[in-house]
Amino acid sequence: MLAILVIGILVPVIAGLGETTRAAFGILPALGKHDFNLSAWQQLFQLPGFTTSLRLTLISGFLATGTSLILTIFGCAWAYNASDKCYFFDKLKPFIAPLLVPILAAPHAAIAIGLAFLLAPSGWLTRLFSPWLTTWQLPPNLTTVQDLWGLSLTLGLIIKELPFLWLISLVALKQIDLSKQLSIAQSMGYSYANAWFKIIIPQLYPLIRLPVLVVLVYALSTVDMALILGPNTPPTLALATMRWYNDANIGMLLPASAAAMGLGLLMIASVFVWETTMTLIMLVTKVMTRTGARGRHWKLVSTALATALQLTLTLGFLSLVVLLIWSFAWRWSFPDALPTSWSYQHWLRLLTHWPLALQHSIALALGSSTIAVVFAVAWLEVQDRFGGHLSRLTLWLIYLPLLVPQIAFLYGLKVGFLRIGINGGMNAVIWAHLLFVFPYVMLSLIDSWRALDRRYLQVAASLGTSAWGCFWRIKLSLLLKPLLLAWAIGIAVSIGQYLPTLMIGAGKIETLTTEAVSLASGADRRLVGVYGLLQALVPVLAYTLAIYLPRLISLKQTIK
Amino acid sequence: MSLELRSLTATLADNSPLFSPVDLAVAKGEVACVMGPSGVGKSTLLNIIGGHLDVHFGIAGDVVLNGKSVKYLTAAQRKIGVLFQDPLLFPHLSVGDNLAFGLCSSVVGAKKRRLAIDQALAQAQLKGFYHRNPATLSGGQQSRAALMRALLARPQALLLDEPFSKLDENLKHAMRDFLFDQARQRLIPIILVTHDPKDMTDANGPVALLQAL
Repeated sequence: MLAILVIGILVPVIAGLGETTRAAFGILPALGKHDFNLSAWQQLFQLPGFTTSLRLTLISGFLATGTSLILTIFGCAWAYNASDKCYFFDKLKPFIAPLLVPILAAPHAAIAIGLAFLLAPSGWLTRLFSPWLTTWQLPPNLTTVQDLWGLSLTLGLIIKELPFLWLISLVALKQIDLSKQLSIAQSMGYSYANAWFKIIIPQLYPLIRLPVLVVLVYALSTVDMALILGPNTPPTLALATMRWYNDANIGMLLPASAAAMGLGLLMIASVFVWETTMTLIMLVTKVMTRTGARGRHWKLVSTALATALQLTLTLGFLSLVVLLIWSFAWRWSFPDALPTSWSYQHWLRLLTHWPLALQHSIALALGSSTIAVVFAVAWLEVQDRFGGHLSRLTLWLIYLPLLVPQIAFLYGLKVGFLRIGINGGMNAVIWAHLLFVFPYVMLSLIDSWRALDRRYLQVAASLGTSAWGCFWRIKLSLLLKPLLLAWAIGIAVSIGQYLPTLMIGAGKIETLTTEAVSLASGADRRLVGVYGLLQALVPVLAYTLAIYLPRLISLKQTIK
Repeated sequence: MSLELRSLTATLADNSPLFSPVDLAVAKGEVACVMGPSGVGKSTLLNIIGGHLDVHFGIAGDVVLNGKSVKYLTAAQRKIGVLFQDPLLFPHLSVGDNLAFGLCSSVVGAKKRRLAIDQALAQAQLKGFYHRNPATLSGGQQSRAALMRALLARPQALLLDEPFSKLDENLKHAMRDFLFDQARQRLIPIILVTHDPKDMTDANGPVALLQAL
């Protein structure tokens, strides 16, 4: 199993990084360059806007990850606070989950497009408040989306990553005896917030470290979100690298490779800085713990955080709503709050023509997530039968493709694929998707697999059931729900892939996401709305199936 | 000066009480026992007294500590310590830092605090355990450390939810003596939820029998 992991995941990533590194140091045989030199790096540092790109990348990456983490932890604390009635939106708690799921399911690009439709000078927000409040008859001449500081990009990242981290944390918190530990701390006079700081966060963070680092790496290296929400001149480093790779002048391939490798190094440095900061924070917390200070209730801070949390979720949800509205709009001119005439032409066309993008997306998603689930199950079953456990190293290996910036190895991988004769077919793209789908599938499955009460298997075996019988009739039946959920997560991850599809598919395989992103800069918001929403709808459909199919099956059995 | 429960019970959304209202007066240094069948609401009763009750429940009756009602105070304001079945030493802190977490903040200065903790460790026969990871301690040692942590916060009362029930008979007995001893020395009223009739005879204090309705 480890061999398959190494060949399936490690080799492509390492090979891709290797090719990128070679090119970064001037070796690109396809261009007739065979000599080791540093000119690509010199060229890179002299490219216009390089330092600005670097600054933008760091600001948006760290700000987005930090804010997401703070809001996540606050969200958890708030969700678990059973004895405090003072928050004004306490009654909204039941509505949070339905808000989270669609944002979680929607690909990054869909959220980005929706947010752009919301925040743009001619976006829905200005339309809602014009002209009665703002007196604007025309879209104001302001830069909101694609602002020079990358703040809208940061906001987009926060909106998308917050639900992910939140869900991961809520699952992780189940491993901590939360309510009793909080009771103990509070009974000693600690305020709720202080108890979280000193007791819960130091235990929670190690459990969510890996996902947080994945978010950090993603935020520092996203291309599709930067394309839609980020500034253009100059863009973030990842997007700039992408542009250099695609430059008409193929001489740019070398500095592009240097930039890709530089992004990889930047990632290592960033992870180091992040972890050092977190370690320092934990250390300070520990020293503060020794003083025995009980802390106060920070009403102002918690109200501010609560407001920020609500705002983030609301903006995320509205981003999807505005996609829906645009996809059914016919005539919607500024500053009308809603379209003046509606049409379902785009949807009708889509359903009657069943465009390639949709076919490809579904094929890639079904293919990669099914393979990922089968492989994950095979792995776990082999471990059950022949012993062995997932070591930390193996876990990090599985996570590896998520911890390396996509652009740092995908171009190299493409070159590698070309060299061994794999030329941008569907199979190659499925493989590329698998690199990112498998980690999520495996990690969503592993806890439920381990949590399965082994005594059921012992009972079955003692009744004469064979090992295969146990596998099919006990394990898979009992684990149907987590299996389907893992599969749905795989589908959501695959649908959202932009760069792997574009690069490994050599631009020839269009999917909902590649289409949505390339249309996003165009003028027809109605069409973009359709594609953006469809991108979100497929995963939502998969999640819905995963949640309701097991219920349907058990219902059927009850009726029998 | 004591802890008093006056017709205390938890109520559901329709105002119906969860269990028969409890009246109990515990003097300083006295150990009261709460007994009753499983699932009747003994832990809920402790949650009401300590201020840890989920907002979905209501409270009828009153909790009076040293002559003042604490019904409307938060858990952090009440100064009523709790001990659960499991010691629940915080796993990310050393044994000593766990005690430091408990030690009240009026003891100021690193040296003074360290001294107070070392004294407490010695009292609990845990001398030299400051830097130990709690997970490396035996069950009895963990329970004693948890008790010292609770006492260092200088609680006005102490609530125990079937403490030590996971320890074997001998250890349990020793723990109980240690606890009762500490309570009497420090003049703290204690309420003990238990299934064990022997606890009741040893405690030799008032008893409340919780009944379902």
